[in-house]
Amino acid sequence: MDPIAAKYIGAGIACIGMGGAGVGVGTIFGHYLAAAVRNPSAADGQFPRLIFGFAVTEALAIFSLLIALLLLYAV
Amino acid sequence: MTDPIHQFQIHKLFSIAKIGSAEIAFTNSALYMIIAVTVICAFLIGSTRGRALVPGRLQSVSEMLYEFVADMIRGATGPDGMQFFPLVFSLFAFILVANTMGLIPYGFTVTSHLIITVALALLVFLTVIIAGFWKHGLHFLKLFVPSGIPIYILPLVSAIEVMSFLTRPLSHSVRLFANMLAGHITLKVFAGFVTMLGAAGILGVVGATVPMALTIALTALELLVAVLQAYVFAILTCIYLNDALHPGH
Repeated sequence: MDPIAAKYIGAGIACIGMGGAGVGVGTIFGHYLAAAVRNPSAADGQFPRLIFGFAVTEALAIFSLLIALLLLYAV
Repeated sequence: MTDPIHQFQIHKLFSIAKIGSAEIAFTNSALYMIIAVTVICAFLIGSTRGRALVPGRLQSVSEMLYEFVADMIRGATGPDGMQFFPLVFSLFAFILVANTMGLIPYGFTVTSHLIITVALALLVFLTVIIAGFWKHGLHFLKLFVPSGIPIYILPLVSAIEVMSFLTRPLSHSVRLFANMLAGHITLKVFAGFVTMLGAAGILGVVGATVPMALTIALTALELLVAVLQAYVFAILTCIYLNDALHPGH
C-alpha cells in the first residue's frame, strides 16, 4: 500500500475512538439532566463535578484526535 | 480566500531582535495577546476605580467575575486554595477574552494555537509540582499511592496514577486548542458555502440563506463553547491545584 494513503487511512481510523468518547460525554450529560430534573435544587451544586467528568471523558477523545493529528502532520 | 485554515496564519508585523538565525518578531498573535491583556486590565481597573459601596453596573460585572472565580476555587480546593486566586483568575480572564475576541470577524484567535495553550497548561502543571513539593515535601508523592488499595495491585494503580498525572498538561492544552480550532474551521467552512452558493446565480442566493442561518447559529454555539472552555480550563486548574494542596486521597 502507498504509505501516504496508509497515513490518511490511519488518521481516519484513529478518529473512530472519538465516537466512543462521544457516547461517554452523552451519557454524562444525559444522566446529569435526568438527575437535575428529579432534584433541581441539588443540580447547581453538582455542576463542577459534571464539568470535571466531561473534561476527563473528553481527554480520551483528545488522545485519539492527537493520534490523528500526529499521523496527518508529524509522521 | 475560501481556505478555512487561512485565519490561523501567524505573520510578522515587525522584527524586534535577531539571535543567530532565530528571529524574535512581533506577530499578530502577540498583538492580540497584548490587546486581550489590555482589555482585561482596562475593564477591571476602570470599573473598580469608583470603589462604590453600592456598586454600579460595571463594578457589579467585575465583582461578579471575582465572586464567580472565587466560588470556583473555594468549591474545588477549599478556602486555602484562595492563595492561587491570582493565577486562576488571570488564566480564566485571559482565555475568556482571547476566545471571545476570536469570534469577531477577521479577528485572530490566540488560543487556537497549540504553542499558547501548551504554555498555559505547562504553567499550571509546573505550579502544581512546585507548590506540591514546596508545601508537602516528599509527602506530595502520596498523590500516586491512593489509600485503601490492596498491596498486590498497588504497583499497577500507582503506575496508572503516574501516567494520568503526566498526561494532564497534554489533555489540558489540546482540549482548549482543539475546541477553538475545530469551531473556527467549521464556521469558515459554512461561511464558504454561503459565498460559493451566492456566486451560483439567483437560485443559489436563495439556497445560500440556509448555510447563512447555520453560520449565525454556529456563532452562538461558538460563543457558548468559548465561555465553557475558559470555565473548563479554570476549573481543571483548580482541581489540579487541589492535588498540590491536599495530596492524600
